[in-house]
Amino acid sequence: MAEHYKPAKYKAWEMTLEERFQEVYPPFSEREARLEADRCLYCYDAPCMVACPTSIDIPTFIRKISTGNVKGSAKTILESNLMGATCARVCPVDVLCEGDCVLGADHKPIAIGRLQRYATDYASSRNIKFFKKGQPNGKRVAIIGAGPAGLSCAGELAKAGFDVTVFEKKEWGGGLSTYGIVVFREPVEVSLAEVKMIEDLGVTFKNGVTIGQDIKMDDLVKDFDAVFIGIGLGQVPMMAITGEHTEGVVDGLEFVEYTKVNKLDNIDHGNRICVIGAGNTAIDCATIARRLGAERVTMIYRRSEAEMPAYHFEYEFALKEGVSFMFLTQPVEVLSKDGKVDGLKCVRMDLGTPDASGRRSPVAVPDSEFVVPCDMVIKAIGQIKPEHFLGMLKPYGIEPVKGYIKVDQDNRTAHPKIFAGGDCVRSHGEASTVMAVQDGKIAARSITAALVGTAAALAKK
Amino acid sequence: MADLSINFAGIKSPNPFWLASAPPSNSAYQVQKAFEQGWGGAVWKTIGAPVLNVCNRYGTIDYKGSKIIGLNNVELISDRPLELNLREMKETKRNFPNHAVIASIMVESNKHTWQEIIKRTEDTGCDGFELNFGCPHGMSERGMGSAMGQVPEYTCMVTEWVMEVATRPVIVKLTPNVTDIVHPARAAIKGRASALSLINTVNSIMGVDLDTFEISPNVGGKGGHGGYAGPAVKPIALHLLSAIGADSECQKANLPISGMGGIETWRDAVEFMLLGATSVQVCTAVMHWGFRIVEDMIEGMSNWMDDKGFTSCDQFIGKSLPRISSFGDFDLGFQSVARIDHDKCIQCNLCYIACNDAAHQCIDLKELKITGDVKERLWPVVREEDCVGCDLCSKVCPVDDCISMVEIDTGRPHITWNQLTQSKPEVLEWDKMEEYRKSANIHIH
Repeated sequence: MAEHYKPAKYKAWEMTLEERFQEVYPPFSEREARLEADRCLYCYDAPCMVACPTSIDIPTFIRKISTGNVKGSAKTILESNLMGATCARVCPVDVLCEGDCVLGADHKPIAIGRLQRYATDYASSRNIKFFKKGQPNGKRVAIIGAGPAGLSCAGELAKAGFDVTVFEKKEWGGGLSTYGIVVFREPVEVSLAEVKMIEDLGVTFKNGVTIGQDIKMDDLVKDFDAVFIGIGLGQVPMMAITGEHTEGVVDGLEFVEYTKVNKLDNIDHGNRICVIGAGNTAIDCATIARRLGAERVTMIYRRSEAEMPAYHFEYEFALKEGVSFMFLTQPVEVLSKDGKVDGLKCVRMDLGTPDASGRRSPVAVPDSEFVVPCDMVIKAIGQIKPEHFLGMLKPYGIEPVKGYIKVDQDNRTAHPKIFAGGDCVRSHGEASTVMAVQDGKIAARSITAALVGTAAALAKK
Repeated sequence: MADLSINFAGIKSPNPFWLASAPPSNSAYQVQKAFEQGWGGAVWKTIGAPVLNVCNRYGTIDYKGSKIIGLNNVELISDRPLELNLREMKETKRNFPNHAVIASIMVESNKHTWQEIIKRTEDTGCDGFELNFGCPHGMSERGMGSAMGQVPEYTCMVTEWVMEVATRPVIVKLTPNVTDIVHPARAAIKGRASALSLINTVNSIMGVDLDTFEISPNVGGKGGHGGYAGPAVKPIALHLLSAIGADSECQKANLPISGMGGIETWRDAVEFMLLGATSVQVCTAVMHWGFRIVEDMIEGMSNWMDDKGFTSCDQFIGKSLPRISSFGDFDLGFQSVARIDHDKCIQCNLCYIACNDAAHQCIDLKELKITGDVKERLWPVVREEDCVGCDLCSKVCPVDDCISMVEIDTGRPHITWNQLTQSKPEVLEWDKMEEYRKSANIHIH
């Protein structure tokens, strides 16, 4: 058989562990990319572009793939979104660009995400650099958190001539792109390459530094002309049920992170796993567990299918991966045997009247307790809000809103030197990578306007 | 099922589908295989003067994922020995007596040589001849092929030589590489040809390689013009076919025409026949997909004939020819405007941008509140009073039947340019033209 011909393997049990953790969608070949790009109508004032939170000029980047100008295509993407390679993989395209594609009328929108991945991979695999550090303007900006919001803000500021330092408490930059997105959606290398791209713009990274612990917030505000906070959210909150600290109960985000930074054959996992929650991280945990080889993975969710917060395509993906779902089920106790998880005691739920969010509140059914036998419980019921950080911001007059950092539409806080963006300000709307990237851009614009003035910044271009 | 058989200047064929004289009709093996699969006839790859071929011989144009919308070649006439070709032609005719076997001939411009080869070829039992006056490359540089077809006097002279000795029908194949194909067509008629065929391939350079700077097709680093064929040339072929059909001298002679140039499907074939072709010839499509395409060609044409109530090909050959007219005879009073069906519109706005940038700026993007969605986008809407009826918008619209051109009556006089300039020659001055427009309710914005 010809060397270039690698037949796709569809059956998990025929794949090696490594193959199971390759990206779910293989990269487009050149021919596939051209054919798909050729299908694009090149709409005028295209709805996909309007649907993109970062306003990527999608028809233009697709046309450039079609003409063989893939380098130009990548530039078009990255000019609007420095995290284009990540967004190509993790964006919920069904509800954004692809969801608004006019070809949806024929039930086959353009695969915009995969084309974006093709173009950005083309540039990064050839180490093509599109941007350079701007003429220094003498202003220093501190960025707290090297996630998508922080990186986007840092990159845009560096392009505009700011001296930017990013403080990151983890060992690597990239935030959830590096640590929180399951590897078969986005390999670590993709995210780290984006960090490298920002670093190449002259941005200084101080990793392993926690603000409020290693460096005081006061010092940052004193030493820098502006501070951008892009700290994201915290770990998975406590469920406050008996047995929660038993060996074998793990934090969902930590579980995902573990699979991203460790060798796959080194990962301890149970064989019969309960995943609590039905958001996208819960789905990630469940599908990872299946691909690692867990025999039975059950997702436990207290509301019904219709209320589950995960994207529908993620739900379908989990079903295809052999994950089973127990809806209207609430865990009440982790059972243990010899100090280890042995089962999850649950109660049946019914949906009552709609709550403040409009969703019907689940109500426990009396005497409906039952036990799901399992040897591992993964909690993925959301992330805690940045409460500890809000405490540090209080002296600056920055108030919380629903537990998030309060900003205006230009991502300015109540303090003139402090700006914020990303998941930590998402008091309403859905948290997503692409929204965080846009927040970084908006904040960079506001910081530029505040420190050098919009007119001066424009004149320099 | 309709009767697809034809009688082409006395050459009988079970259907109008013939292999054109080209690589697919190079040998007995190929032609007999084609006949087995349903082809009605074949014009054998041209025999004649000895030649030597080169590599590479083909250049192609692909478009948006479709391979070979155009194919050019620098291959010459048959490079197999003359004797072998004649022997195989004879065998083929013996095995398939009811199919049309036509010999394509090209030799140097010498009466004796032409008459000798015609006589020798007649012995094979072939049904007729096609004189190759069209090949634009290789042979033309040696004074053959299109070098003969481009000079009407030569066309006439050689046709006469052939007609002196031929006892079977003689088809003269015309080159499109002329200013007006009517002249060589009339020359062939004058030389007493039994029929015409067209078009041969179009002069072309297929492309240049951006990495190596080489020409396509690339013959050891060099390239030159070759003969262009395939779907891309069909409109040119249809025009040249209809030009002959509309010419009064050609009409008087009423010779059957074998049409070719980009025919790929039964639909293409029907179009050629509606414009006057009695048989059709195919090459590029067979080079792309093989002989098997003929099954659908036969079935598709037959189904179409059944749907239209035609029982034989004669009933529709040339049916659209009377509609071929010239600009001076078009009705200046016929007016149409574009109408967009917003139930079908997908809001790609290609009509808007085409009209705005490249036509007459008469489509606006407007709020219509059709869907009730708060995020509803603007819709393209035609300002009919400003629409000039150019039809560009419906041509760029990707949705079937979404934009239609609707005939409207604006009270303009139904008069042709020729009638107008005859009755009011003063309109050839701009100020008088303005006056006429005003009176005729014609507004240019």
